[in-house]
Amino acid sequence: MSYVYLYALLGVGLFVLGLNALIVHAHLMRKILAVNVMSTGVFLVLVALSSRNEGILPDPVPHAMVITGIVVSVSATALALILMLKLNRATGKNELPDRSRD
Amino acid sequence: MNWNTALPLMVLGSSLLPGLMIFFLSEEHVVARTSLNLASAILKIVLIGGMFWGMLHGHHYESRLALLPGLDLVLRAGPLSMLFVLLSAGLWLVTTVYAIGYLEESPYRSRFFGFFSLCVTATVGIALAGNLMTFLVFYELLTLCTYPLIVHRGTEVARKAGRTYLIYTIFGGALLLLSSVWLYTLAGTLEFTDRGFLSGLDTSLHPTLILIFALLIAGLGVKAALFPLHGWLPLAMVAPAPVSALLHAVAVVKAGAFGIVRVVYDVYGIEFATDLGLTLPLAILASATIIYGSLRALFQDELKRRLAFSTVSQVSYIVLGIAVAGPVATIGGLIHLVHQGVQKITLFFCAGNLAETLGIHKISEMNGVAWRMPWTMAAFTIGAFGMIGAPPLAGFFSKWYLARGALDAEQDWVILILAGSSILNAAYFLPILYIAWFKKPPDSWPAERSFGRNETSWALLIPTVVTAMMTLALGLLASAPFSLLEWASQIVNRGFAQ
Amino acid sequence: MNFPTGAGTDHCKRMKLLPMELILGEVPWIVVLIILPLTGGMACFLFPTISKSLGLLTSLAVISCVWGLGWQLEEDGAQRYAIGGWGAPLGIDLYADGLSLVMVAVAALVGLGISVYSSSYFRRDKANHFWPLWLFLCGALNALFLSSDIFNLYVTLELLGLTAVALVALADGSEALTSAMRYLLINLMGSLFYLLGVAFLYHSFGSLDIAILAQRVEPSPAVWAAVGLISAGLLLKTALFPMHFWLPAAHASAPAPVSALLSALVVKASFYILLRMWLEIFPIVGISFAQLLGLLGSAAVLWGGIQALRQTRLKLLVAYSTVSQLGYLFLAFPLGMSIAWKGALYMLLSHAVAKAAMFMAAGNILAAGGHDRIADLSSITQRLPLTLTAFSLAGISIMGLPPSGGFIAKWLLLEASIQSGQWWWGAILLLGGLLAAAYVFRVVSHVFTQAEATHEAREVPARMEWTALVLALVVIFLGVFASWPLAMMEIGSPFGGGS
Repeated sequence: MSYVYLYALLGVGLFVLGLNALIVHAHLMRKILAVNVMSTGVFLVLVALSSRNEGILPDPVPHAMVITGIVVSVSATALALILMLKLNRATGKNELPDRSRD
Repeated sequence: MNWNTALPLMVLGSSLLPGLMIFFLSEEHVVARTSLNLASAILKIVLIGGMFWGMLHGHHYESRLALLPGLDLVLRAGPLSMLFVLLSAGLWLVTTVYAIGYLEESPYRSRFFGFFSLCVTATVGIALAGNLMTFLVFYELLTLCTYPLIVHRGTEVARKAGRTYLIYTIFGGALLLLSSVWLYTLAGTLEFTDRGFLSGLDTSLHPTLILIFALLIAGLGVKAALFPLHGWLPLAMVAPAPVSALLHAVAVVKAGAFGIVRVVYDVYGIEFATDLGLTLPLAILASATIIYGSLRALFQDELKRRLAFSTVSQVSYIVLGIAVAGPVATIGGLIHLVHQGVQKITLFFCAGNLAETLGIHKISEMNGVAWRMPWTMAAFTIGAFGMIGAPPLAGFFSKWYLARGALDAEQDWVILILAGSSILNAAYFLPILYIAWFKKPPDSWPAERSFGRNETSWALLIPTVVTAMMTLALGLLASAPFSLLEWASQIVNRGFAQ
Repeated sequence: MNFPTGAGTDHCKRMKLLPMELILGEVPWIVVLIILPLTGGMACFLFPTISKSLGLLTSLAVISCVWGLGWQLEEDGAQRYAIGGWGAPLGIDLYADGLSLVMVAVAALVGLGISVYSSSYFRRDKANHFWPLWLFLCGALNALFLSSDIFNLYVTLELLGLTAVALVALADGSEALTSAMRYLLINLMGSLFYLLGVAFLYHSFGSLDIAILAQRVEPSPAVWAAVGLISAGLLLKTALFPMHFWLPAAHASAPAPVSALLSALVVKASFYILLRMWLEIFPIVGISFAQLLGLLGSAAVLWGGIQALRQTRLKLLVAYSTVSQLGYLFLAFPLGMSIAWKGALYMLLSHAVAKAAMFMAAGNILAAGGHDRIADLSSITQRLPLTLTAFSLAGISIMGLPPSGGFIAKWLLLEASIQSGQWWWGAILLLGGLLAAAYVFRVVSHVFTQAEATHEAREVPARMEWTALVLALVVIFLGVFASWPLAMMEIGSPFGGGS
């Protein structure tokens, strides 16, 4: 039981770390990785919370959700990488230009 | 769908559809545009005539379209709405003729006449509106359709005037929206009814009702050019003369004044409004506007600006008549709705004639102009004397009824206002007449165009003369059967419990 | 053989009518609405040479499917459909009531407009990319509006986000790529927040179905966390102030039809989920959160309006106007009455149509003059009377003046605010209207200048001008024939009973 929550907390921790990296880092590759870390965190939470009671077989629904989530995450990462490459080709940089806040 | 439900819609459609069609006509289609304009104006008068005839024979005309739960768009013909509808449709016809002559050869005529027709559509909608929401819809539509007319010339001055107009009217519209919704949440209806629909509400709501009344008057007062909300009107003078005529005599200021009549009579009910103590402040506001407008008019050298301030002053007679809250004074206010329209449109036509024919814009340039343009100046003279209130012209009867009504209602101070404003009217109109008739004409006019043997083009002259004749007729035939006076008396009888 | 002729024809008529009604009644339109655009998108991808006709055809077909669904709902009330027959606890359910119907209908209507506009807008090479993406987006939207499963909503939200990003990147230049990249990161972040919230909800109540959750949900720290995470994610995607910072750049730098669909439909999708959750699951979180949403909405109305006034480029002005108009939608939360929800939904509906028309008009101006600097509009606008008419008519709704859908929405919201004694939200409505009037007329006043054309304008296809105009006319009609859409919202009473 406590292990379950440990894993879940670990997942939340990954999510927060990823969020922090996404905001703090300027390099696009790091941002994309940060998003991936975030989603891994969420998946970990889902999987961890699926075994609510020890001894009983874990709930299969969260597993299905994680598998779907991984598929989505892969496509999103692919799109992000292709955009990054195009941006690099267009501007020669791997960062988003600084923008005065409105 | 039968005649009784279709006719109000047809009256509306008779200018809406031609207006929309005109937008799609290219500039060169002068004949098509002109005939469309005139045909729709005449058709509208015929339809309204039919509706009037039917009403006298006991028919009830009403079109309804469900809009919100519990709230419909309603067009209904009643005595008060017919008064305003006939006025706007009649004056629209003359103004259309005038505008066709005035705008000959100028650019963007399709756009102009399109919006011109939409303007009248909105005015007719305002007149026929059967509840406050319908009124609001057309009131805002009028704002939107007049803006393009005011900025029609596209100069920097015109755009600035348009901007000012919008700031005033959009703000007024917002107040009107707020107060309408508020009334609806309190009363559960917005249907105009004789003697109002609010008197049954709980007395604890009365302070709220007084606040809403103030909001309503502020919202409507913008268009009615009540002091201190009149600022847009003198600026709007940059618009072409037919637009000024329309704004001052038919559409915009009248919509505001008519709205005030509606609010006092059919929303609050005159007796309930008096009970709440609302009419006296309104009367004082109207009086202040009357005096203020006249004083400002005195010091204007530009003819159209002087006329504009005169409008500020004259429209408030209508409000004053309502606010004095006696039957006789109300008759005075209602007939002035028509009288002011006919007289002021004459004066604006004349100003337009002077500007188009001789390039005269200022009063100081009018020396002896009556001998160059006798018909125009004769019409101007009739209009001016009407405004001053000289018998037997239309304006005399307005003032007569206002004064008698004030005495009846034991509000003697109103007589002072009337007398004072008449003196001021005379003080700003008579010098113009003196200059025009008795001073020696100059050797040349600022920018003269020749029209052969005529003083100006027929299209400009005929409407001017026609409206001047109407001013005469409204005065001379005041006591004839089926006259305006009798009609107004009937409307008033419905509003007062005898 | 002497049947009375009258009875005979009557019989024939019924025979003819019967199959028609059968088709309407039996076909699961709710599924077709999702499958059809996805299939269309696939077909466009496989056969790029005919993608334009395929796209237009699909959009038309979607409209008729919406009509079919509407007919079904009208007859039988709200509908639930279990995919594959599995049923809610295990399988995925689709659900349609008045709220979903309105959303699907507006997506189909604006979608048709966007398809028609795009069929002239894009050059061949771009069109090959545009059509599949657009139809996938269309399918994602429909699936989102018809799902009753909160995880399925996540999937549709992601599909929507990814296609939208790809569409933004269709425009040339580094500006568009930058916006697309930023938009993608924001989207992913929002979705992950949402997904984490879903994980908490599922853990607490063991279901993903909104209806089942609605029955089981009760206050607990986990629910609070879930509500916070889900709302944060969705508000970020809906660009509610102060999380609107990404919207203007993304919406303004996209190609015109894409701007139109982003502002009109995509931001509304996440709002829809929030609304749905709020109506079904969130009532337990209490009113302070609702007040916060109302406050942020008010800030959005004012801030967006002021920023729109300050912009020097037309497309940015229109984009900031979206920020402002989205704020109105959140005023319904603190009011929380049936008329307030209806007002917000009507606002959503009219804004979608009006904003699509406005972005299309802006696109036409850009296409004709090569720039969209507001200060130099005079020379272009005079050549495009239809476009400017469209812009002005749409502007009437944005300002909330009658006759337009925006006016109806404003009336309902104002009524709710006065009725509930929370007049300050009404004041925000009126102030927002004044600001909107200021920025709309800033553009419209350029029509009436006498500026001479300085250079030769490029020709704008008539189809693009007319599409903008027709959509703008639709929003005017929404202000005159309001009772029908309002009745449509009532189906299945998504906002609870009463009025």
